[in-house]
Amino acid sequence: MASPSALGHANKRMSLGEKLRQVTWGLALTIGAVAAVGFTMLYSAAGGDWDPWASRQMTRFALGFAIMVAVATIDIRVWMKVAYPFYAVSVVLLLAVEVMGEIGMGAQRWLDLGFVQIQPAELAKISIVLVVARYFHGLSHENIGNPLYLLWPIVLTLVPAFLIFKQPKLGTTLVVLATTGIVFFMAGVRMWKFLVVGLAGAGAVPIAWSLLRDYQKNRVLTFLNPESDPLGAGYHIIQSKIALGSGGMWGKGLLGGTQSHLQFLPEKQTDFIFTMLSEEFGFVGGLVLIGLYTVIVLYGLGIAYRARSQFGRLVAIGILSGIYLNALINMAMVMGLVPVVGEPLPLVSYGGTSMLTLLFGFGILIGVYVHRDVTVPRRGGEA
Amino acid sequence: MNRLMNRDRDALRSKMFSRRLALLAGGKLALFGVLVGRMYYLQVVEADKYRTMADDNRINLRLLAPPRGRILDRNGEVLADNQLNYRVVVVAEQTGSVPATLDALAEIVSITDNERRRILREVARKRRFLPVTVKDNLSWDDVSRIAVNAPDLPGVSIDVGSTRLYPHGEAMAHVLGYVAPPAESDLTGDPLLELPDFRIGRNGVERVYDLAMRGRAGNSQIEVNALGRPIRELARNEGEPGQDLTLTIDAALQAFAAKRLAKEESAACVLMDCTNGDVLVLASHPSYDPHEFARGISGPAWRALLNNAKAPLTNKAVSGQYSPGSTYKMVVALAALEAGISPDMRVFCPGHMELGDNKFHCWKRGGHGAVDMIDGIMQSCDVYFYEIGRRLGPDRMADMAKRFGLGQTLALDLPGERGGIIPTRAWKQARTGKGWATGESLVASIGQGYVLTTPLQLATMTARMVNGGYAVVPHLTRDHIHGRRIAERTASAFPPVGVSQAHLAIMLRAMRGVVNDPRGTAFRQRIVDGIWTYGGKTGTSQVRRITEEERRVGLRKPDQVPWRERDHALFVGYAPVDAPRYALAVIVEHGGGGSSVAAPIAREVLAETMRLERERGRAPAPPARLAERGG
Repeated sequence: MASPSALGHANKRMSLGEKLRQVTWGLALTIGAVAAVGFTMLYSAAGGDWDPWASRQMTRFALGFAIMVAVATIDIRVWMKVAYPFYAVSVVLLLAVEVMGEIGMGAQRWLDLGFVQIQPAELAKISIVLVVARYFHGLSHENIGNPLYLLWPIVLTLVPAFLIFKQPKLGTTLVVLATTGIVFFMAGVRMWKFLVVGLAGAGAVPIAWSLLRDYQKNRVLTFLNPESDPLGAGYHIIQSKIALGSGGMWGKGLLGGTQSHLQFLPEKQTDFIFTMLSEEFGFVGGLVLIGLYTVIVLYGLGIAYRARSQFGRLVAIGILSGIYLNALINMAMVMGLVPVVGEPLPLVSYGGTSMLTLLFGFGILIGVYVHRDVTVPRRGGEA
Repeated sequence: MNRLMNRDRDALRSKMFSRRLALLAGGKLALFGVLVGRMYYLQVVEADKYRTMADDNRINLRLLAPPRGRILDRNGEVLADNQLNYRVVVVAEQTGSVPATLDALAEIVSITDNERRRILREVARKRRFLPVTVKDNLSWDDVSRIAVNAPDLPGVSIDVGSTRLYPHGEAMAHVLGYVAPPAESDLTGDPLLELPDFRIGRNGVERVYDLAMRGRAGNSQIEVNALGRPIRELARNEGEPGQDLTLTIDAALQAFAAKRLAKEESAACVLMDCTNGDVLVLASHPSYDPHEFARGISGPAWRALLNNAKAPLTNKAVSGQYSPGSTYKMVVALAALEAGISPDMRVFCPGHMELGDNKFHCWKRGGHGAVDMIDGIMQSCDVYFYEIGRRLGPDRMADMAKRFGLGQTLALDLPGERGGIIPTRAWKQARTGKGWATGESLVASIGQGYVLTTPLQLATMTARMVNGGYAVVPHLTRDHIHGRRIAERTASAFPPVGVSQAHLAIMLRAMRGVVNDPRGTAFRQRIVDGIWTYGGKTGTSQVRRITEEERRVGLRKPDQVPWRERDHALFVGYAPVDAPRYALAVIVEHGGGGSSVAAPIAREVLAETMRLERERGRAPAPPARLAERGG
């Protein structure tokens, strides 16, 4: 028997006002602070102008923030219900870009719906987390120990992951795989199984290598030795390190980044925005941003901890980990710790679709907290 | 029951979730910690290294070529100047492909295959960010056409530089020399040398005083963006312009002399101030256009100059070595006086002198009759000198010759100066392994045979003879540059040559007679209408031996002899006779007789010197003491 108080609270219908009160405003504020860092850097990237990036980013953030709060009020059981349809839609969209996607940067990534461009990969990240969480939610503790029961979620992950990889978006593919890996881990999959998968993955490296496109191979090779080609593919890594390093402890000041403003730094408003921050605000500036991300991570982990349903926990962990991995990979990339894979810095890099899907994801995360005590049925309707 | 099991399962799941959550949190924060550590390493530990790299990235150091020092004559007239020059340059690293860019450019300005090869060679040699000149001295039309097409020609730009301009052209070429682009072997790694404008002195005073005239390069620190586009100037350090060089040359006189020499096939003239060694005229004909070298001379033009029989590239005034002929006779006479031979001693000249089986001829077939020393010089009697040469032997003649600056280089500030030869017994022994023959003394006494001198030496010899016996040294500049300071000084500041004043006075009387005595060899070339008169000595030096056979059939007329075999015509002179100020030497290669060919040149140049002095209101005013002694 469940304790009446807990059940009572959990299954009581909350009013909208009550839900809004439950929203983790501290997390929302931190998200706003990170976005504000982004606005500042976009202002600087434009040479001290709100146009063309900062103002549009602010508009999108405002819209996205509203979406986030609205999504936070949606009962997580709804997500449980729509998990598969949502997943199906995102896989179809991935197939759509594969078939008729526009060519951009030598790769197919966007789907232009006329009024908005959609990056199906971003949606897929969320939908995979939802279906996998839903699957593990319904799986009994004993069955998790049975490898056969892991086949389905692996298939659920690999299908979109493969489509993203074909786009080709190596970075996102890795983020998706790692995120689901974390969800598997948190769902209780045995440690040794990860080891097996890890070894199998290592064995698959030569196969994956043969599937990589030349520029992707170059990125990996130049990462391993950037100085081998200082004017070619290694250029970005070297220039990024120079920009970072030359920022020193306190940085060169807003608009004072020579590497950024003299265009030694590529893509400074998107992938290399952290480099610009570190050049202009130094070690301290970078530390502040990592600090803010840490606050977000702690909030996210706290939400997962407080959630009573396995679905809520895994969704929170999955969404948080996706964002965390994006941030980690982007920063590690500009510091020369991992190859340049072209992942944006969440909430900071310029980009509309990314900003909206991120805040949508944060909305679900906060929604898990708001609905932390609801009882989520095993299968769709079962209570 | 079922519910209970579910609850237990949930609790179990919860417990594991919490455990793993802690692990996950730890992992996530640890990875952030790695990032922070990496940032600390890059931004704090290695910050200085990256700061330097960032500055290297953005700061482009541009050299500012210092203007080369000008060259002025003694009156401040400009002999070498810098002139604005519009040219089109190409920066290799900014073009997609240099050959393609040249193709496009060739449609606007003509580029010959030769130029194309030179450009590609330079591009290969220089650092890729340095501009290479495609074409120089562009017209305004070319400049505007290129400017209009500039957007389609990446890496191509118009540059304003300077080229060296020599207003006197050929007349001054041997003194000034020329500048030329540095050769591969000149490159020291100093990027200044690689600037397209940079020229180094290749010859003449341009070469001797090159370093002082170069100046010191300035630089400008320019902030550039990743594409190399200049954003702003961060700092500027003006260099030091090269020092101007003032020569002792008198441009007007030099021009006059050069023009006069141009009437001959091949000739040289040196005029110097005998009181201090200032060289006023140093001319050699034929000459060349120094601008061709500054622009970069073409292969065929260069070969034509090299193969020209009249040697236009050779500065004959300092590098030409000629038998001095009779201009050597004063030296022999002074040696005789020093050896105790009386100036009044008479020698009978029947037209030749016999020594053993050999017959030594005087230039005058019928002979001069009885001649003393003054007559011997005035009429240039060879037999008189055969006699005293026979008595003196080579070493005493050589000793005197060397005191007057012959047989040695005089350290004039020009490249290519040669020393000539004054033979001695030891010299001959070393040279040929044979002993000295008396006949060779006879030949040497009239400045023939082994004796070789340069026009500069002959002028110096004359100067020392008429300035009271002081060993003046010729020089082209008195400027304090290059660590050489030659103060304005009078003859007495130089060491004496060590000849008795009485002996020198006899020479002055004899040389005055050469021109002004009706019996003198150059009487017909005297100045009759000037405030000056001049003295001197004619010389005609044989280039080849005249055979007895030829003497019997009669000497050929000069125009029947091939040019190469004709005599050299020489004259050494000084003016004014009463107070010698100027000494000169003239040689006309294969010109014929000294009195008929060289003396007129000397007269004209000295008359012009006089005219210019009068025109400039500077009457000749040598120290009174000199006039006393010299007279």
